[in-house]
Amino acid sequence: MTEKKTEKKSNKYVLFLGCAIPYRESAYEISARKVLTGLGLEIVEMPEFNCCGLPIDPVSHEAMLALAARNLCMAEQKGANIITLCPGCGGTLRKVNKTLKEDKKTKEEVNHFLKEINLEFKGTIEAKHIMQVLAEDIGFDKLKASVKKPLKSLCVAEHSGCHVLRPIKYIGFDDPENPQILKNLIRATGAKVVDYKNETQCCGASIIGINQDIPMNLTGEKLANMKEAGAQAVITVCPFCHLMFDTNQPRIERTSNKKFELPALHYTQLLGLAMGFNPEELAIKELRVDASKIMTVIGN
Amino acid sequence: MESKQTQTHDTGKKTILKITPENARFKYELKKVPGAERLMMCFQCGTCTADCPISRYNETYRPRKILRMAQLGMKDQVLKSDTIWLCAACYTCVDHCPQDVEIANVLRALRNMAVQEGCMPLNFKELASAILQTGYAYKIPELRMKKREETGLPPLPKGNIPDIEKLFKVTGFAKTLEANKGGST
Repeated sequence: MTEKKTEKKSNKYVLFLGCAIPYRESAYEISARKVLTGLGLEIVEMPEFNCCGLPIDPVSHEAMLALAARNLCMAEQKGANIITLCPGCGGTLRKVNKTLKEDKKTKEEVNHFLKEINLEFKGTIEAKHIMQVLAEDIGFDKLKASVKKPLKSLCVAEHSGCHVLRPIKYIGFDDPENPQILKNLIRATGAKVVDYKNETQCCGASIIGINQDIPMNLTGEKLANMKEAGAQAVITVCPFCHLMFDTNQPRIERTSNKKFELPALHYTQLLGLAMGFNPEELAIKELRVDASKIMTVIGN
Repeated sequence: MESKQTQTHDTGKKTILKITPENARFKYELKKVPGAERLMMCFQCGTCTADCPISRYNETYRPRKILRMAQLGMKDQVLKSDTIWLCAACYTCVDHCPQDVEIANVLRALRNMAVQEGCMPLNFKELASAILQTGYAYKIPELRMKKREETGLPPLPKGNIPDIEKLFKVTGFAKTLEANKGGST
């Protein structure tokens, strides 16, 4: 929305994996690589990685800025925009990129940090979450054209994840009060999307290292609301939200004494199925909550 | 500590605060931190708390109350409390605040100050140590690396540890970690 119009359209992106995906959510990476390559994107591997910085923002804002800025510099050297699969990484890199481009004082401070490692932030690239790349750079027309097998018999709920939506003044992508972009991305696959109560509510994943009950309650409430609205699956775009909805679902069922059995798919898996990839290619089997029922529904 | 810090006297029903000069200065220190600039604009409407998902499932986490305590200079009570670590940084409060106070960022500023007092929760020590050793916030097991190869994924990018060490040092974070070694929660 706020991107410069003069910017040359390039289909080359540095893939910023982050930490949670290689640690726990490789199905997201496997399926994302399949669909992105299938859509004609050229993926450049991230050189000399370090964490985006978000996990340590609560204990050192300066260290977060330094880590994020270093990643941005590495992509600047490659001359390509960053694509992230994790909204946490995407939100952090986008926010820091914007701050450093607009706020001279912070830029000076951060460049002073970066001098230690012979780097300098120049501000020549953009950082985007995969949802933004799909909606803005690839576009809905191309997306719809790539669909070979519309998932017409499927009805799902979406969970966008906080950091692709908020704070609006730094992210400025979708409407945080009534998010539509993930819904439209889902509709592009032919699937139907249900509305449910408290759709924009956080799943709580980010405080699981401090308190486990609150995130379990928040996610449990969302699962119940999705189920009540008639969803056959929940679609996520964040590895942490996915851990809550998929990996932790059996535990939430045990502690809340409720049965959900609601498969949680990464959006890239849903899109991949519609593009005609088979479930094995998209690592559907890696999901903790059995998704075979919906594979039958869509005829796989 | 009693003579320097804000004293609270529990007189049965009401708590009386005695504000010392150090406590009065606290809000000015806090306001200097990026993201916390508009702290004093909070007029206690409570929108942040009403819309906070964490507050719905926890009886002690009340962002409105934490902001008031910070405005009043109750430094010790705020920085040493466990509740400031419950914010999930979903930023709902930031989007909803009618006074444009970036509440979630004030919470982050308070946490950054709390670790200066040696109050770093264990999981943050673990995250920082993993980043220092591998570049990643989690130590990714060898087994997963092998599984990547089996599934045909390219090898994981390696962290540049010397760079991370230098950045932790120049930002002062290395010192903070040192001061939070052992003890604490």
